[in-house]
Amino acid sequence: MNAIPPLFDVARVRAQFPILSQTVRGKQLVFLDSAASAQKPRAVIDAMVGAMETQYANIHRGLHWMSERTTDAYEATRDAAARLLNARDRHEIVFVRNSTEAINLVAHSYGRGIMKPGQAVLISGMEHHSNIVPWQMLRDAHGTELRVAPVNEAGELDMAAFEALLADGRVGLVAITHMSNVLGSYTPAERIAKLAHAHGAKVLFDGSQAIVHRRVDVQAIDADFYCFTGHKLYGPTGIGVLWARRELLDAMPPWMGGGDMISSVTYERSTWAEVPHKFEAGTPAILEGIGLHAAIQFMEGIGYDAIAAHEAALTEHALARLSAIEGVRVIGRAQDRGGVVSFTLDRAHAHDVATLLDRQGIAVRAGHHCAEPLMRSLGLDSTARASFGIYTTPDEIDVLADTLGRIREFFA
Amino acid sequence: MFEDVRDLYNATIIERGRRPQHMHRLEAFDATAQGDNPMCGDRVRVWVKFATDGAIAETGFDARGCEISKASADLMVEAVQGRQPADARALFAAFRTLAQTGQCPACAEALAPLLPLASVHEYPSRVKCATLAWQALVAALDQPAGTTGETSRE
Repeated sequence: MNAIPPLFDVARVRAQFPILSQTVRGKQLVFLDSAASAQKPRAVIDAMVGAMETQYANIHRGLHWMSERTTDAYEATRDAAARLLNARDRHEIVFVRNSTEAINLVAHSYGRGIMKPGQAVLISGMEHHSNIVPWQMLRDAHGTELRVAPVNEAGELDMAAFEALLADGRVGLVAITHMSNVLGSYTPAERIAKLAHAHGAKVLFDGSQAIVHRRVDVQAIDADFYCFTGHKLYGPTGIGVLWARRELLDAMPPWMGGGDMISSVTYERSTWAEVPHKFEAGTPAILEGIGLHAAIQFMEGIGYDAIAAHEAALTEHALARLSAIEGVRVIGRAQDRGGVVSFTLDRAHAHDVATLLDRQGIAVRAGHHCAEPLMRSLGLDSTARASFGIYTTPDEIDVLADTLGRIREFFA
Repeated sequence: MFEDVRDLYNATIIERGRRPQHMHRLEAFDATAQGDNPMCGDRVRVWVKFATDGAIAETGFDARGCEISKASADLMVEAVQGRQPADARALFAAFRTLAQTGQCPACAEALAPLLPLASVHEYPSRVKCATLAWQALVAALDQPAGTTGETSRE
């Protein structure tokens, strides 16, 4: 941040999340699991309920008032998502269920339709299973290769190794997280895109975590594909976004067939609708799409500068507090990181830690975080993970740290 | 703090989780199988040796996981000692009911050593930790003689 952080009133933000006033097991809820799925602000809840109560019908097909209004509301989300990512063209926004579906769409359509057997997909050593398994399936079905760029001890992408893996020019696609859900590390997206392009590869970023904490500009990054999921961005489940360059989407074959994605259908042949509808077969998640619009507006209302400053301060506080506890080891020490902190405790397994934290009303994730290969490379089978959102307070991190100290005593 | 978790994290579970008495590979065994919990990464391998009458003569295990999964595996070894495979299966069925519901209607004496785990039903996300070793044991018992088993998943 080069500007003075704008005023950020976390109490006002929290007041917009009804669930945060809940108690759990008689304790005030301390929700530190936003990286798995974030809580929903009143604006999102009201947008979805309001649509169901006043303005709902199927979209893109009705010739009546309700359908037209609902179509407008749903399509307005496309404009909002295009603005959020700074896309050139609203037609570059494809709605999907989540990031997993976005990556599978690219693996099927771009992978099988455009890539040639013998080409390679390059991922990193800190990917979520959703950015590993689709490429293994592509490899096995289509004869592509799967390459993995290692992560250094700090939890950062090893850029020299990454570049070396591009050197033979056979990598057709780099598919990489923009921020690790385990280590919190951001990857240097602009450098990655530049290197990928210099070696003839396209690049996909999994922005599921990254876009929650920082502004993303797909043109500035010079990305080819970028995806995120609504439910981590304070929106509903079941709605996500795949952004891709228009010319790529135009060239890619459809993935799923059905209603809404066609131009015309006869028994002999069908022709495809224009992008993005070519990739949106079937009745979509209409209400969830409308909810996502509210979530995007909510984020923009607070502003990414304020969000990033708030979360950077929280992360710094968390790293300081957790590192000061004897027996706690923070996993991942990347310079450039977001509000996700994984750790182990010497005297107790992560599941036992999570259970004891839960009894104090503190929600964290424990396990392999859908990133088994990364965990194995770290020599771990599980970690506990605290992750922060716009509603997280330094006090909550203090409660976590104090309780961890007590858990260590419990297992003495 | 944490007095309310002493029902599950009682002295027996803490002691067995920390210092399991039977966590070792058998040098000679007749069957082995692994239990994996893909949701959390816990893994237990069980080795079994049978007596000439077919009863379980010796059991050993290796576990990667939490206190609950290790303690449960350790207690399981003692609970199945000397039992015929059919009896061990029946004991698992009873234990699974106990772990899931806290109830054991026909609570046999054989279940007594496993009672320190009874309150795991209050922790629904941890029930799988308590039953993982049993899954592996049953998978081992299911193997035809002379083969070694593959992964069993809870």
